[in-house]
Amino acid sequence: MSDQSTGAGWFTELSPEADADLRAAIRTGRADAPADWPTAAVEQGFAADTDDYYETLRAATIDAAREAVAEREGADDNQLLHAVRAMDDATRTANELAERCHEWAGTQFDDAKPGIDGARTVTDHEPSNPVEKRVVSLATRIDDLASEADELRRFIERLAPEVAPNLAEMAGPVLAARLIALAGGLGSLAKKPSGTVQVLGAEDALFAHLAGHGGSPKHGVIYTHEYVNGTRPEDRGSAARALAGKLTIAARIDHYSGEFRPEIHDELDERMATIRARAEEGNGDSGDEEGDQ
Amino acid sequence: MTDLPAGIDRREFDGRRRLATRGDPVYGEPTDGEWRCWDAGRSKLGAMIEGGMDIELSESDSVLYLGAASGTTVSHVADFAGPTYAVEFAPRPMRDLIEIAAARSDLFPLLKDARKPETYSHVVENELDVLVQDVATRGQARVAVDNARFLAADGRLLLAIKARSEDVTAEPAAVFDEVCAELREGYEILDRERLEPYHDDHLGVVARKR
Repeated sequence: MSDQSTGAGWFTELSPEADADLRAAIRTGRADAPADWPTAAVEQGFAADTDDYYETLRAATIDAAREAVAEREGADDNQLLHAVRAMDDATRTANELAERCHEWAGTQFDDAKPGIDGARTVTDHEPSNPVEKRVVSLATRIDDLASEADELRRFIERLAPEVAPNLAEMAGPVLAARLIALAGGLGSLAKKPSGTVQVLGAEDALFAHLAGHGGSPKHGVIYTHEYVNGTRPEDRGSAARALAGKLTIAARIDHYSGEFRPEIHDELDERMATIRARAEEGNGDSGDEEGDQ
Repeated sequence: MTDLPAGIDRREFDGRRRLATRGDPVYGEPTDGEWRCWDAGRSKLGAMIEGGMDIELSESDSVLYLGAASGTTVSHVADFAGPTYAVEFAPRPMRDLIEIAAARSDLFPLLKDARKPETYSHVVENELDVLVQDVATRGQARVAVDNARFLAADGRLLLAIKARSEDVTAEPAAVFDEVCAELREGYEILDRERLEPYHDDHLGVVARKR
């Protein structure tokens, strides 16, 4: 195939009938510089004449594009939803087990420490009796589970920008995946009003508020975004509202168009700079409370 | 107003004289016999022609089109041009583009990143007559300069610059000057024109490869 030879056309050494090879050559091949490919193809006997070449090229590019689109779109929001839920479950379970392991390991080893790292040091021990064998075995499972959670995070970081390029750029891949999971899919997230997106993940507080207990929640899971938790408390409501507004737009672009739009990210940066400038003015309630866009 | 390139004509649609090309309708545009309306409000290239720019695009020119999106404009180009390579990076609009290509003879869709010409140099031929570019990414001048490799010695660039893609906070006029300055690395600028009222904060540029 042509991906190792940088000076060759996509058709080099291929038969015009080898559909799968032609598709792969279009998709994965590269060349440092273009050349007169139609003439080269005729000279190499790939095509009878240039019309014949263009006909084969047309069929191959359409097939390759169809295949590439199907593959890229197969990177679907559903997989992201499962992956982020699995990651959270794996992390939570690993932490719970690490607590149990720390308590138990303390009865056997002097150097037992808490947390995942604590469990990982336990795995270094050579068990000398049946109890130690169980403790070390448990620690090994915790190590595995925590590593799986890390792998899942890396997987999400790769997948999210493909599924939702704008949302992943704005929220970061993991928060993007969480929002999609909480909404039940990218399509449902795209249909939610921004006020709902703002409190996704804070349903308990929201329903308590609706039942008459406590204030309305200012933010849900988007609290983990630096634009919210890095803003001083009196401006966090504004920050969460501005962020949720743009996240909603990002989700809609991702769902309905799929194109990356750099300008919406710049607009958010600009808006956040305005909100944070209030702190420098030293005036907590100045500024435009209605100014979310 | 300059003469229209061969293959493009003005026809009467909804009581107005509008641009049209001959081909299969693709996005529900009005038609007049075999002619279909080319909506300048949906196409920056169409707006460049409506605005009176001399785009020097001729019948059966070979074309590389960067940022083909769902194929609205590229379908009109392919109606009168020769071999037309259409590069688009996003899968969803590419689905529509594939259907348009399937209904035309010399249109080649490529799901590729216009910022990485080495990933399609093995498919797109050299010595092309025209490079059309309408990509909403930062570094639009860089993309045009990097893709000059596909053009013949006197090949032309038809570029729509979107100010907001470079910097939303800056004055569009300043952004356009900056992009044009960087463009001179690879091109001689023949004409530049704002695309209002069809497209806000866009500049149309006609240039020749250096």
